Amino acid sequence: MSSLKIQSASLTIADKLLYADLSFQIERKEFWGLLGKNGAGKTSLIHCIAGLRSIDSGDVQLNEISVQDYSRAELAREIGILFQDGLETLPATVMETVMLGRHPHVQSMFKDSKDDLEIARHALQQFALTELSERQIDSLSGGEKQRVAIAMLIAQQPNFFLLDEPSNHLDIAFQFSILQQLKAILSARNGSMLMATHDINLAARFCDKIVLLLENGDYLCGDKMEILTPENLSLAYGCEIRQLGEEGLAFFYPV
Amino acid sequence: MIGQRHYLLIGALIVITIASIFTSLLSGSVNLGINAVVAELLNSGHELESQVLREIRIPRTVAAFTTGGLLALSGVIMQVLLRNPLADPYILGISGGAAVGALSAILLGAGGILLTNAAFAGALFSIALVFGIANKFGRWSVTRLLLTGVVVSAGWGAVINILLTTSSTNNVQSMLFWLMGDLSQSRVHLGHYTLLLIGLIGGLLFSRSLNVLSRGELVAQGLGVNIQYLRLVLYFSASVFTAAAVTIAGSVGFVGLVIPHMLRLLGARDHRILVPCSILLGGSFLVVADSLARIVIAPQQLPVGVVTAIIGVPSFIIILRSTISK
Repeated sequence: MSSLKIQSASLTIADKLLYADLSFQIERKEFWGLLGKNGAGKTSLIHCIAGLRSIDSGDVQLNEISVQDYSRAELAREIGILFQDGLETLPATVMETVMLGRHPHVQSMFKDSKDDLEIARHALQQFALTELSERQIDSLSGGEKQRVAIAMLIAQQPNFFLLDEPSNHLDIAFQFSILQQLKAILSARNGSMLMATHDINLAARFCDKIVLLLENGDYLCGDKMEILTPENLSLAYGCEIRQLGEEGLAFFYPV
Repeated sequence: MIGQRHYLLIGALIVITIASIFTSLLSGSVNLGINAVVAELLNSGHELESQVLREIRIPRTVAAFTTGGLLALSGVIMQVLLRNPLADPYILGISGGAAVGALSAILLGAGGILLTNAAFAGALFSIALVFGIANKFGRWSVTRLLLTGVVVSAGWGAVINILLTTSSTNNVQSMLFWLMGDLSQSRVHLGHYTLLLIGLIGGLLFSRSLNVLSRGELVAQGLGVNIQYLRLVLYFSASVFTAAAVTIAGSVGFVGLVIPHMLRLLGARDHRILVPCSILLGGSFLVVADSLARIVIAPQQLPVGVVTAIIGVPSFIIILRSTISK
């Protein structure tokens, strides 16, 4: 059973201690939320886990092997990332962009394989992008671009999804339906995800486990029922947060 | 993604390339008919015609094609490396360094092989200087590389102006021709063809990585590209292609900036197609431009760099308009 293990990670950026001794382990089929206030180090942590940035001490291991010891291509077949900043781009169409998700997999030089095309088309269809497939990326709205980025991730078919603010630019209907779809896709392939988000309610709805980053390198992690309490959240965000409703459909709001 | 129309595009460009080469062989102050050219190519030509073709037109046409191909390829790579549509082969100061080398050689009365060597040395120096400064302090970033290149270019510009203002009128004339790009003295040899061939093959081998890198460095890494390695390869290959092109023909403008954009507008966005198409279109574009440079005000010649802009600007605008209205 594969797993993604963060082991006593510590990281300091620009003299600010983000994590001192951060450890948690993402098993297959688990859905993790990563919460913390602005600048708490959510994006950095995602980059560290993906091996895009090195941590000061500690280790990140995929299947018991440090991510730094994988080649980038091997890692890209296991771990897929949705970046917070969209796709800066020279001209390209939606379909061409989603096809890039197939890059880590072996491809022929002169031909696009039928399987790859089929996977990309299916991903477009899942995120209501089929109509847009020939459109230029720079002619799309923010929400459409976000869906393209997500479809590219789906075409990549990794086992671990690291999502950095997946709900960015999405309207409330898409926020809900896309996360539901992602969850369904992941469940079908026994995948898991770590979702960094500023939307506590989205995390409460879709995640089973939570990492909550606090000040001075502290953190809390565990089942969402334990972590997502008004006390913990108030501490993490430095403002008073209250809860409406009970466990299944809790809603948190600041006062 | 590659579709049928891309193969059509490559086919069309091969036809254009052949046509441009014939146009170039037929243009010049000595009037040669197509029969003479074909006869010569089949090795049964006349004495004088044979000499004109062999010693003047064929070398010049080959030089034009090689230069154009190298510049367009370098432009493609620079635009991806810097992810900036305004990037061209000269943006990182390579042509400036080469120009200072070449102009100094002219000032000292050197010509021929000495001049090309001086230009090449200047280009190499500039490549090393920009790379050194951009990597000296902390992490590599595109902005840092771009800024370093632009600043170093500006420095070279100042030196060029000093050389121009302090030289004799005679020298200034040759200096200006060099700066604008001129193929009349150009000769290419085996090294240049090899470089173009390496560019084509290497460009194809890296084409998928180029596709991914054009979406940004983070995205490329997330999709399994080893970015540290790739950008080194791209920086040095594009630089060497530019240095070679500049030593052949001076700083011919426009080709490296606009040919890649024209092809992207025509649908060649996948680098597996864009790389070979750029070499073909860049090469044949410069061959045609050079033919015009020879005949427009014959028997005098224009610097080819002027002609590239004169025919390039309107054709780019036409393509831009026709693709926008779609």
